Amino acid sequence: MATGFSLINDSHLFQRIELVRPLYREGEDHTKIWRKIKNFTMNFGPQHPAAHGVLRLVLELSGEVIERADPHIGLLHRGTEKLIEYKTYLQALPYFDRLDYVSMMCQEQAYSLAVESLMGVIIPERSKYIRVMFVELTRLLNHLLAITTHALDVGALTPFLWAFEEREKIMEFYERVSGARLHAAYIRPGGVFCDLPLNLCDDVALFLDKFSQRIREMEELLVSNRIWRMRLVDIGVVSAIAAKDLGFSGVMLRGSGVCWDLRRVVGYDAYPSLKFDIPIGINGDCYDRFLVRLEEMRQSVKIIWQCLFDLPSGLIKTEDWKVVPPPRALIKQNMEALIHHFKFHTEGFSCIAAENYTIVEAPKGEFGIYLRSDNTNRPYRCRIKAPGFLHLSGLDYMSRGHLIADLVAIIGTQDIVFGEIDR
Amino acid sequence: MDHRRIRLVNKNNLYLIKTCSEILGQKISSIHVHLNQLYLTLRKPEDILVVALFLRNNSDMQFDQLLDIWGVDNLDAPERFLVYYKLTSLKFNETIILRVSLKLNEEAFSLINLYSSANWLEREVWDMFGIIFLNHFDLRRILTDYGFLGFPLRKDFPLTGYLEVRYSVELGKVISEPLVLTQEYRFFDFVSPWQQDSH
Repeated sequence: MATGFSLINDSHLFQRIELVRPLYREGEDHTKIWRKIKNFTMNFGPQHPAAHGVLRLVLELSGEVIERADPHIGLLHRGTEKLIEYKTYLQALPYFDRLDYVSMMCQEQAYSLAVESLMGVIIPERSKYIRVMFVELTRLLNHLLAITTHALDVGALTPFLWAFEEREKIMEFYERVSGARLHAAYIRPGGVFCDLPLNLCDDVALFLDKFSQRIREMEELLVSNRIWRMRLVDIGVVSAIAAKDLGFSGVMLRGSGVCWDLRRVVGYDAYPSLKFDIPIGINGDCYDRFLVRLEEMRQSVKIIWQCLFDLPSGLIKTEDWKVVPPPRALIKQNMEALIHHFKFHTEGFSCIAAENYTIVEAPKGEFGIYLRSDNTNRPYRCRIKAPGFLHLSGLDYMSRGHLIADLVAIIGTQDIVFGEIDR
Repeated sequence: MDHRRIRLVNKNNLYLIKTCSEILGQKISSIHVHLNQLYLTLRKPEDILVVALFLRNNSDMQFDQLLDIWGVDNLDAPERFLVYYKLTSLKFNETIILRVSLKLNEEAFSLINLYSSANWLEREVWDMFGIIFLNHFDLRRILTDYGFLGFPLRKDFPLTGYLEVRYSVELGKVISEPLVLTQEYRFFDFVSPWQQDSH
């Protein structure tokens, strides 16, 4: 077999036997030539470059047409939910960077909001704007990766190389506030870790100024590109009803024409005071979702500009020393602050028994955290709802009747990242 | 702006609570709002079918998205597991969380005929907690390894698990062996014996 994929031998579970009638030939008794033809079952991944990590798909094919796609996931399962039950509230935070490792701060924000809601903490206005600014930079990070790896999967290398240049610049902002390019642990319960360093806002403004041009370049490369359109238009069509039924959220839902953005309908952090539009698709195909992502990047740029202009002065985290450590200078003078510092970094803080479900609009869709506390310093249960999990469960629906090449486009449009799906 | 949209604006669930308690009164043991979130606790596991059907199809409800199902293990409680269902109404911008309590080895009922998204979510709850969902057509494990034993998110399942996997050079394949730890997991218990529960 020349395709390079291996056949699996436990396929008897999934094979359906169909009766196919071949063409009638002269002189044959056509009543006797019904034959049993098995569908071809093929393994896609987990090492396939278009599988976005470790997706193993068992495909049931009729010729090259997909009859059924059965994703086998869990190859990146690390037991995050279980681990968090054994960590204090602060120790649990960095796990959220490592879920969806291209939209780190959105998940930190979700967890921080969850803990703040349990603890009844109100955070200062400035920290809300800083959060939104970095969350929107994260959305740019994610969409740049999503669009361009999608393009890479269907054969366009250039956007990928150009976008990764921009991603480096955004990750540099990450580095300047937190010291880490990817796993920042910057947004924390009670605010953000530290204030913005000097000149960061100027540099973000310079970046944004040029970035709009980069979006236009990407648009030029892709939007009217004939190959790109042929690979995407009318592929993976999901109607609004189907998208709701399959539990899609985020771009997957908006691409099908449902106007639903948690930044608007829930309005957490500084979003209620910011102006932005919600792009929606019309046809619900891969091309519409690409356009929605492109427009969302523009809206993100708009939001970051507003954050830069409206950034209030003041505190960057709450002054409740049970939830955030006291400032360094104070520890030198104040015994109470020293005790709080010590207790915070060893025992952590305890939370009265309560439960809470927090949702945020992560770049991939609705990211939810169910957090249940039980009067101790550790969460009793932390359920992480990843948007990609339900998107991937809809892969079977979306890919039926398509060719294998289209499957690659559909995986790309779902913006699959296995860190969050397998948890 | 019709009256339904006004519900959306003032954000109180009073209408929802009233309708649910009137129509589903027999099926529900408690309705409460906790941290701005409405919870419905059902009397029996099979009530989920009727309640979800009502919430999904009633024109005043239209909870058309099932976005999450998850379990919680209360090891010492007589009804050990809680299964939560999170339904969202995109039309009215409402979220409702249904809660079903189950004894050990008691089955839950699958919502797969109402919501397609229930498929993988229920598989995950089965995988993690060992809760069987009746009428689910494909209740395979989903996140754990092929041939995995035990249910990892139960509270009596150890954090480290029972087996470790490594590549054996002698056998030329990946093998599972009983876990050997060189050092015990360092779990610092900070709960003060003098501390009273605040509830």
